[in-house]
Amino acid sequence: MSGVEARLRLRYGEFSLQAEFELPGRGITALFGPSGSGKTTALRCVAGLERARGYLRFENEVWQDDAAGRFVPTHRRAIGYVFQEASLFPHLSVRRNLEFGWKRIPPAQRRVVFDDAVALLGVGHLLQRQPARLSGGERQRVAIVRALLTSPRLLLMDEPLAALDHRSKLEILPYLERLHGELAIPVLYVSHSPDEVARLADTMVLMERGQVRAVGPATELLVRLDLPLAHADDAGAVIDAVVGGHDGEYHLTHLDFDGGRISVPSAARTAGAPVRLRIHARDVSLAQALHRDTSILNILPVEVTAIDEAGPAQLLVKLCAGTTPLLARITRRSGAALALHTGQRLFAQIKSVALVE
Amino acid sequence: MTLTQVPLEPVWLTLKLATLTTVLLLLVGTPVAWWLARTRSWWKHPISAVVALPLVLPPTVLGFYLLLLLGPNGPVGHLTTALGLGTLPFTFAGLVVGSTLYSFPFVVQPLQNAFEALGSRPLEVAATLRATPWQAFTTVAVPLALPGFITGAVLGFAHTVGEFGVVLMIGGNIPGETKVLSVAIYDHVEALEWDQTHWLAGGMLLFSFLVVLAMYLVARRARQVAL
Repeated sequence: MSGVEARLRLRYGEFSLQAEFELPGRGITALFGPSGSGKTTALRCVAGLERARGYLRFENEVWQDDAAGRFVPTHRRAIGYVFQEASLFPHLSVRRNLEFGWKRIPPAQRRVVFDDAVALLGVGHLLQRQPARLSGGERQRVAIVRALLTSPRLLLMDEPLAALDHRSKLEILPYLERLHGELAIPVLYVSHSPDEVARLADTMVLMERGQVRAVGPATELLVRLDLPLAHADDAGAVIDAVVGGHDGEYHLTHLDFDGGRISVPSAARTAGAPVRLRIHARDVSLAQALHRDTSILNILPVEVTAIDEAGPAQLLVKLCAGTTPLLARITRRSGAALALHTGQRLFAQIKSVALVE
Repeated sequence: MTLTQVPLEPVWLTLKLATLTTVLLLLVGTPVAWWLARTRSWWKHPISAVVALPLVLPPTVLGFYLLLLLGPNGPVGHLTTALGLGTLPFTFAGLVVGSTLYSFPFVVQPLQNAFEALGSRPLEVAATLRATPWQAFTTVAVPLALPGFITGAVLGFAHTVGEFGVVLMIGGNIPGETKVLSVAIYDHVEALEWDQTHWLAGGMLLFSFLVVLAMYLVARRARQVAL
């Protein structure tokens, strides 16, 4: 059975939401779309903070079924919710904020240990402070711990990084990645940042004007040429790979995936560990022959699977290396010089790779 | 004249009236203010206007209608008589009812402002942390709206201590029952008893100053704690 099944209809004034989706009960699912696309409203409906008409099921519990007159209020849904602004209670210390939800969970049902959650997000040294004396990043970390301490079966996060400056964002992202790795709680994560989605999401729900445009694995949706994501400036492919080994002499780490091996400057990962790579379309160039006379380290044999225009001067080329999709953005002139066509076998030269987790 | 000769009965009566009225005001005013702060109903506006009426009505007008309503021929009078409570005008209980209505906006408005300033976010957060609506109200809304409660209580208390017109209309001037401080001062002035007048009026002046000062200090402190 899928994790979340939702059929939601809501209308206020100009805005209307008409969303139907089924989501897996594990990993991070990103609700992604431009502002006004209804992603936050959909999340609030899942939490019961907003009342749409329709049907909503989480695992084996029906949280809303208007046909049967059923609506489970927010405080009886086993969710954790992280708002865009940390929204800590200003009259309570950090510790009492954390205990607010924790103490309402019967001890037998607590699946998250207080000290573990505090340590996971690194807020142990803040417990005695008042929320007003925390930085934006610290506040949001406390808010995440506070939500985790209700032992949620589903964690809902509404653009938890959007209200933060760049530095605080970079401070929190690693914690979110740890969350992903160490807790088996499914997460619904609202975002309008392709970068966050690329780093965090396993599954993706693409929303537009109150409707679901596409649902699928993030690695697939990010490179689909018929969706806007692949056309964004910093578009690129995300590849889930494993650490294959280290090259001691040149201090390189090899990352293996179906379709090839990519080497990056030594990363402190043990062999066999999963890693996520991001390869921007602008960092991939194409060649007909395998050049040995180049400084580019990573060259993969690929096949062209689709070609689309990207403005008057450029082409977006979807490739596959084995079963792994890649994107390349090249000039139309280069495309003509290569006589680019689908099915063509080429070599992708990858100028840079970002290690995501 | 020594302090023991000052007629203190009206003072105690006034304090008793103001205390009871304040408690009643908070009990009735809080749900009304909560509803006004959070409803999207069209009824919000007419109800707000009714709550604010005592601010603009002459107390004599309010007293006059209360007299009709609570009197032996009024609907409420019929009810209280049928329940064996007799009629309320010219009793201490009648004064409490009149004072509560008269001071209602002084409690409801600060509370409503405090609840509105709160917004819905803290309550949503509380709900996602498994708090029932009642727990969210008592553990989040009330502490965060504390300055509003303090302001409302102090204003309600002080306004009741200072009322005159409504008291005279529905309470009259019965010693030990409805003869409160403001009426007693009026009596002493009429009788040219300046000593008593000075003690009571001066005491009232000092009391009022201290109350307002305390309110400002407490509200400021509560705000600092909330931040």
